[in-house]
Amino acid sequence: MVGKAGRGKIKDTLFAGISGLAALSIVFIIIVMLYELIEGAGPALARFGWDFLTGTRWDPVHEKFGAWPLIYGTLVSSFIALCLAVPLSLGIAIYLAELAPSWLRDPLAFLVELLAAIPSVVYGLWGLFVLVPWLRTSVQPFLGNTLGFLPLFQGPPLGMGMLAAGLVLAIMILPIITSLSREVLLAVPLSQREAMLALGATRWEAIRMAVLPYGRSGIIGAIILGLGRALGETMAVTMVIGNRPQVSPSLFHPGQTIASVIANEFTEGFNELHLSALLASALLLFVITLLVNVLARLLVWRMNKVTQGVSRE
Amino acid sequence: MVARKVKRKLWNRFMLTLTVVATAVALVPLGSILYYVAVRGLPALNLDFFTKLPAAVGEPGGGLANAILGTIILVLLAGAMAVPLGILTGIYLAEFGRGRLAWTVRFLCDVLTGVPSIIVGIVVYSTVVLTMKRFSALAGGIALAVIMLPMVARTTEEILRLVPQSLREASLALGATRARTVRSVVLRSAMGGIITGVMLATARIAGETAPLLFTALNSRYWPGGLTDHIASLPVYIFTYSTTPYEELHRLAWGAALVLVVMVLATSIAARMAARRLNGGR
Repeated sequence: MVGKAGRGKIKDTLFAGISGLAALSIVFIIIVMLYELIEGAGPALARFGWDFLTGTRWDPVHEKFGAWPLIYGTLVSSFIALCLAVPLSLGIAIYLAELAPSWLRDPLAFLVELLAAIPSVVYGLWGLFVLVPWLRTSVQPFLGNTLGFLPLFQGPPLGMGMLAAGLVLAIMILPIITSLSREVLLAVPLSQREAMLALGATRWEAIRMAVLPYGRSGIIGAIILGLGRALGETMAVTMVIGNRPQVSPSLFHPGQTIASVIANEFTEGFNELHLSALLASALLLFVITLLVNVLARLLVWRMNKVTQGVSRE
Repeated sequence: MVARKVKRKLWNRFMLTLTVVATAVALVPLGSILYYVAVRGLPALNLDFFTKLPAAVGEPGGGLANAILGTIILVLLAGAMAVPLGILTGIYLAEFGRGRLAWTVRFLCDVLTGVPSIIVGIVVYSTVVLTMKRFSALAGGIALAVIMLPMVARTTEEILRLVPQSLREASLALGATRARTVRSVVLRSAMGGIITGVMLATARIAGETAPLLFTALNSRYWPGGLTDHIASLPVYIFTYSTTPYEELHRLAWGAALVLVVMVLATSIAARMAARRLNGGR
């Protein structure tokens, strides 16, 4: 009997040990990832130092590697995406959580999640053959004619470029921001709305003054998670951004992001230094997305804590 | 007073209408993507598409049978690595993990989920491809597995946490070991949810392109061994769409249709299964 209980204990320890080992694989992967990126980035960082971040020339042929055009492209395309996607996503989230008739809620939420399931290369294909020609023939000439005095909308209507990349990214991050903020809104206690309505507020006033502030940190977390996705998105951007490492105020001009330069140049890496510069930009992208994601998680966690605290009361 | 009330009411109407407009606007790109994928993809699909190898550049005809098979092989490879490891990690996090290590693993899982897939691609390139000195199906599978692993781990953890504590206690009270309890009681009642999670993760990685560019590469031939480079639908869509040939664009749309149908069918099936399981309880 004692022997059997003892064997049970050994089995338990063994099982816990095996599952613990599996869990360690995640730690292992992250360590390998960091090691490879830092090791690979070494030569380029040693050669260029801080100039790697601020240099404005990315020129593999002459072995000049300044990543600023890539950083600029990454930030600007993601920023355009946020500007377009955030108001839309919040609108949908509010509609789905607060207003839509109940028979419409599930199908609509489902459709929005379909958007998230479409592979990024298909977004790229659609962007390249549908969105870009549309931008070239209708949107950009129109913007150029009406708002052409702004530096944002100057230059020939090429279709491909920063604007196309921002648009595709906006469509791609819309479902994430929408579904997360919808969950946040659904977690806001009904009493908050009822209190406002009882005071004579309109539906919109209740949403704006009671529901949205209550879910603020969760919604911001959702937006930042969307940003993290946009910063690292590769295929769709590579296919529509025009792939020219330059810094230009015009959204019509082609650009380049960190992810798209890697996709384009990694396999044809001319030499050691080029490869190292690409790994250094990958390291940079890793660090940026890491910071962005950690920030988002913290906000979402805090939101969860707040709502759990309330529902327990 | 009256004017103010009217203004507030109008403003209310206006803002609420805006949310409806936002919803409608968001559905336009979704509709457009599905429409174009269907309309341009369908004409490209015929028996050849599913049974033949790609034709040489400039020659008409040919299919992408090797890419369809390649995608299936890569996904199965990734699943074979990521699913057992992910489920075990999830079990650890939900059943055994306490304190600092569990917190670290959970945190790193979220970090890994947020890592851009192209970075996974280059890291697998520098570790696996450079070591083996060749692009291979194995490297592609590993890259996809790294992306899949944290998704499977976290969904497993979340679903195991939904299993009522009383079930575990009942099993332990009967004298079962922890290991036995997890295996025959906890996992069994959570199986439906875990399968749903695995299917959703599968759908996610089936469309991944960036991590395959420098690992599985591409191929014009039928998949060979695990150490050979291998074709896949996403990589073919990318390479074909960036060539100047009409014929290849047509095939890219066809490939996109096949890929989208595969991915959406998997994720819709997963969601329906999840709904049925939830409804059944």
